[in-house]
Amino acid sequence: AAGMFLRLLSDVQWRAASPKWRGVTGSRRGTSTTAEPHPVSLPAEAQVVICGGGITGTSVAYHLSKMGWKDIVLLEQGRLAAGTTRFCAGIVSTARPVSIELKMAHYSNKLYQQLEQETGVPTGYTKTGSLSLAQTQDRLISLKRIASSLNVMGIPCEIITPKQAVQLHPLINIHDLVGAMYVPEDALVTSANVSLALATAASRNGVQIHERTSVSHVTVQKGRVTGVETDRGRIQCQYFVNCAGQWAYELGHSGEEPVHIPLHACEHFYLLTHPLTEPLSSSLPTVVDPDGRIYIRNWQGGILSGGFEKNPKPLFTEGRNQLEIQNLQEDWDHFGPLLSALLRRMPGLEALQILQLVNCPESFTPDMRCIMGESPTAQGYFVLAGMNSAGISYGGGAGKYLAEWMVNGYPSDNVWPLDLKRFGTLQSSRTFLRHRVMEVMPLMCDLKVPRWDFQTGRQLRTSPLYDRLDAQGARWMEKHGFERVKYFVPPGKDLLDLDHSKTFYKPDWFDIVGAEVKCCKEAVCVIDMSSFTKFEISSTGDQALESLQYLFSNDLDVPVGHVVHTGMLNEKGGYENDCSIARLSKRSFFMISPTDQQVHCWAWLKNRLPDDSNLTLEDVTWKYTALNLIGPRAVDVLSELSYAPMTAEHFPSLFCKEMSVGYANGIRVMSITHTGEPGFVLYIPIEYALHVYNEVMNMGQKYGIRNAGYYALRSLRIEKFFAFWGQDLDAFTTPMECGREFQVKLEKGMEFVGQEALLEQKQNGVYKRFTMFILEDHDTDMDLWPWWGEPIFRNGRYVGKTTSSAYSYTLERHVCLGFVHNFDEKTGEELVVTTDFINQGEYEIDIAGQRFQAKAKLYPFSSLFTQRRRKDEVELSGYQRE
Amino acid sequence: FYLTPPQVNSILKANEYSFKVPEFDGKNVSSILGFDSNQLPANAPIEDRRSAATCLQTRGMLLGVFDGHAGCACAQAVSERLFYYIAVSLLPHETLLEIENAVESGRALLPILQWHKHPNDYFSKEASKLYFNSLRTYWQELIDLNSGETTDVREALINAFKRLDNDISLEAQVGDPNSFLNYLVLRVAFSGATACVAHVDGVDLHIANTGDSRAMLGVQEEDGSWSAVNLSYDHNAQNEHEVERLKMEHPKSEEKSLVKQDRLLGLLMPFRAFGDVKFKWSIELQKRVIESGPDQLNDNEYTKFIPPNYHTPPYLTAEPEVIHHKLRPQDKFLVLATDGLWETMHRQDVARIVGEYLTGVHHQQPIAVGGYKVTLGQMHGLLTERRARISSVFEDQNAATHLIRHAVGNNEFGTVDHERLSKMLSLPEELARMYRDDITIIVVQFNSHVIGACQNEE
Repeated sequence: AAGMFLRLLSDVQWRAASPKWRGVTGSRRGTSTTAEPHPVSLPAEAQVVICGGGITGTSVAYHLSKMGWKDIVLLEQGRLAAGTTRFCAGIVSTARPVSIELKMAHYSNKLYQQLEQETGVPTGYTKTGSLSLAQTQDRLISLKRIASSLNVMGIPCEIITPKQAVQLHPLINIHDLVGAMYVPEDALVTSANVSLALATAASRNGVQIHERTSVSHVTVQKGRVTGVETDRGRIQCQYFVNCAGQWAYELGHSGEEPVHIPLHACEHFYLLTHPLTEPLSSSLPTVVDPDGRIYIRNWQGGILSGGFEKNPKPLFTEGRNQLEIQNLQEDWDHFGPLLSALLRRMPGLEALQILQLVNCPESFTPDMRCIMGESPTAQGYFVLAGMNSAGISYGGGAGKYLAEWMVNGYPSDNVWPLDLKRFGTLQSSRTFLRHRVMEVMPLMCDLKVPRWDFQTGRQLRTSPLYDRLDAQGARWMEKHGFERVKYFVPPGKDLLDLDHSKTFYKPDWFDIVGAEVKCCKEAVCVIDMSSFTKFEISSTGDQALESLQYLFSNDLDVPVGHVVHTGMLNEKGGYENDCSIARLSKRSFFMISPTDQQVHCWAWLKNRLPDDSNLTLEDVTWKYTALNLIGPRAVDVLSELSYAPMTAEHFPSLFCKEMSVGYANGIRVMSITHTGEPGFVLYIPIEYALHVYNEVMNMGQKYGIRNAGYYALRSLRIEKFFAFWGQDLDAFTTPMECGREFQVKLEKGMEFVGQEALLEQKQNGVYKRFTMFILEDHDTDMDLWPWWGEPIFRNGRYVGKTTSSAYSYTLERHVCLGFVHNFDEKTGEELVVTTDFINQGEYEIDIAGQRFQAKAKLYPFSSLFTQRRRKDEVELSGYQRE
Repeated sequence: FYLTPPQVNSILKANEYSFKVPEFDGKNVSSILGFDSNQLPANAPIEDRRSAATCLQTRGMLLGVFDGHAGCACAQAVSERLFYYIAVSLLPHETLLEIENAVESGRALLPILQWHKHPNDYFSKEASKLYFNSLRTYWQELIDLNSGETTDVREALINAFKRLDNDISLEAQVGDPNSFLNYLVLRVAFSGATACVAHVDGVDLHIANTGDSRAMLGVQEEDGSWSAVNLSYDHNAQNEHEVERLKMEHPKSEEKSLVKQDRLLGLLMPFRAFGDVKFKWSIELQKRVIESGPDQLNDNEYTKFIPPNYHTPPYLTAEPEVIHHKLRPQDKFLVLATDGLWETMHRQDVARIVGEYLTGVHHQQPIAVGGYKVTLGQMHGLLTERRARISSVFEDQNAATHLIRHAVGNNEFGTVDHERLSKMLSLPEELARMYRDDITIIVVQFNSHVIGACQNEE
């Protein structure tokens, strides 16, 4: 049916008002193809131009038009839904590990279900359900984790035995299975028709659709989109949406000001068969066998089965060259292992006759999450692409979020995990993308265990100390391209087996990190924290202070040499960024933000700072190496190296001073550690890094100094109840909701962004509250470890999810951080969360279906930690990032 | 007693050599992708030789196999010297002058050839000065002769072959004060060698052949099958034209005695060869040289023996027959091999085995279902079989080795029989020659992309 539609609609200008179009939908006469309609000329102007007529482009058009925007033009270089959308397998699956993706898929499912009724276009929507099979216990754990998050969202989902599975799908061979997950509401659709239905609805809402029109580039002036050049002329527009799928990267690079959209296509194969002798029922559930790397759905009485092989074939690395999608070859030898897995799972299909092996390229992103949002460099340039082969599952929801973003200025949920600005130019190298997607595509089926790291595209950004640390046994992870130490394998200890670390239980580095934590508590440790984003803002007069006072919630008009923890909030009071700002002089400020804020924070500031040549913003991330000296003896090490008194009287907490360390002068020393422990961070001009590091290590020897990594830091900050941006905090969390009122100066004498919202919250109370949970009956050695995303139950009812967790070596307990909501028992409406509400509940945390008792706390255990300083000097910030 | 497969492999691979034409900017711009070569001895020591070199002052690559007889001295000398003679024959006048001036003034010489040698392929150090002087005399004459015309490859090849054979003959007549060298030049002249040499420059392939080694082109037909095209004629009794030529060159009275038992004068299998002065010099010259020569020469019955019916020498020539072929995209590879291979295998089989080997290593023919009725089970079986085939093919990394394995180990069904292979390779030295001859093979793989591009330009 899809093919039929495509042929009928080719070259017709899509407009509800057009009688031709009505004729086609009304009677579906084949005759309209005989008279090729003249292509209607493009409008000279439009509010929005969308490039790409696949599922994402039509979904964005659909949602924008629903939200009341009418002046929209959708351009498609070929025909609607004729690219990846047409070829994709049409499986709508909500079983997604990332919460925002799960929400998108859930919304898509609901949208598609009613789409045929809404538009009259048959979408082939069939609620078949899906079965995800587990061949190993670890796989079953990961399914149980997904099941927990589906259940609390109200999506029916069950963990079942192999025998129950075979009752749902009689062809499955269950002898090697340990269990399965059944999601009864998952569905199948005819993807191209879903896209056409969305286009139809959009068209009725006034969206103009032009096929066979390709965008050559987008014009940008003064950082704003001004128009689109096409092969059929120019369209002036305020907004451009790049939904060009696997061509999005190239399109992004075609303009004068490149927009980096890091995605790369891989060939993706699936098999179509003739019907079985007794044709398969169209209501039979889709089977996903991740351990076999395959999926199998019923298709016209036969099956459709594809998968994600270990050795993917990336293509179009050199851009759109040799091949067009239609000419891609079947590659049976490549498909062989997947065919083996299929026949192993369904041996009864041996005699089934092959119809075709389809080669349908899919685009993948560097972190397996799709890309949406506004370009950091061109305002009005929006992107939705890189669906990692789940375009149909995400398309509906992603289109909705992007439309909200464009219309309201922000989407209705936290989409930071998908935000284009989590990437920068550094993820945009073709070589990087080619290598990374070869790792990402197999990952679709690989077991996702806590703390896995990508292996490709590594060692791109490194500290000057990289080799030194590596030689001392550092084990590395990567953030925004920067190599950071997880922990140090002590000398003499056997190299840890990588596979062994892949566990949902207690990891093998447990004691190693424990020793590092102990050293931070009792002596002194050094952690290289150079990856943090560092900006300098300065001005000739008071412009810097004035602008920052407006953009930040805390009072920055502090004496020179003071460090302030503050948030950069949006209008709703949510954290757009969380940072520390040191006042270097009357007119200049040094700002430290999380590593992955580099692009987002820059764009946020750039777009909001006044256009004033006397005010400069500079990214100095690369100029400094940061060493964090944590522990009670840090003060001794530093004073010996600088011949300066470093005690609290001379160098109080939250203080910043340039001084000499060893021979090196101009080292920016700050008395913060990001952990709540005493100590200092040294910002060292990179050419001095090795010198200062060597000096610190030599001098530190007598104080028992050692290297430590981020895992130790993480344990320290979580037991101290420090939230970090990107994990615990996001644009939907206000300081009031995470116990950081003290970091907000509502009365600082001038207006700041988010002030109104905070004032309102202060008056009316908050609807969620950041809470610390200490697991009570959890056996660290035997039980599954919490990670993040575990549902929280209060008095047996779901109240929220955890956002991060760590083992506290001090408490000898697991600590989870998360948000507690107060949902009305009957209506589900969110009610105010009070301190009493938090304190008067019995809590449980659900780890992969098993619930553990937890004690809730709104403030850290001050008594448990030795207080070496007066309370007001202790870093009460609750500020941390990883 | 059988050799284990690893033992068999170590014997077969002892002399294998591979050369890949280096890529520039990730692209191979040569019409040759590279070559594989190997040899398996039957004689002890082996009498076959092989050479491969890139011409540095002109374009093109030279590859050759040399089958010695009555010792390996001549084959060795030809393998060291012939390519220099060819390269010099191809050089333009200015380059010759430049080289001569450099030698004259004691400056460094322009390198003429870049050799691609297996460590076992040696050059004689002692004779290098002697060989160099002869070569220098040749280019000096070329300089004097300066015809002003561009060098024709065919002519250059013929001249080089003839000139080298002439020099071999002269050096033996003149002798050398150094007794070792004196004996060497005589051994070279009294032994013999055939030569089959390929010169590849872009799409121009020239084969110069003297004797009964053979050059064969592997062509892939449109349906993917393989066929063989001969690029040389054997110079032996089976070649009517050769027999005719001999008859023309000698009086009718000798017609019957020229070829007896398919041999020249009843003695020599190849009808053209380097060295073999016993078939070239007058009886007087032979006697004089032998008498004045060292004792070892006098003691050798073979050298002293004058062929019967020896009336109108020379009976033998080193002049090659040259065939020119314009390479086409379907020409995938060239096999140069001594008669040891061709005695055991038909060229059609050689083309198929090498063709399937090369495509197997690089890419198997993709499977397409098309309109056929194939079940999942059938496809699965087919793919499993293909995977198994790939892994066994990978046993050999070298097409020449793969070919030798088949040549020696093939059973009546055309597949390698390990038992047979093991037996053939464990024959004692003195018996080996009765079951097989020395085998030397070079497989040159062509670059169809470059050849296709060149063709389009023309």
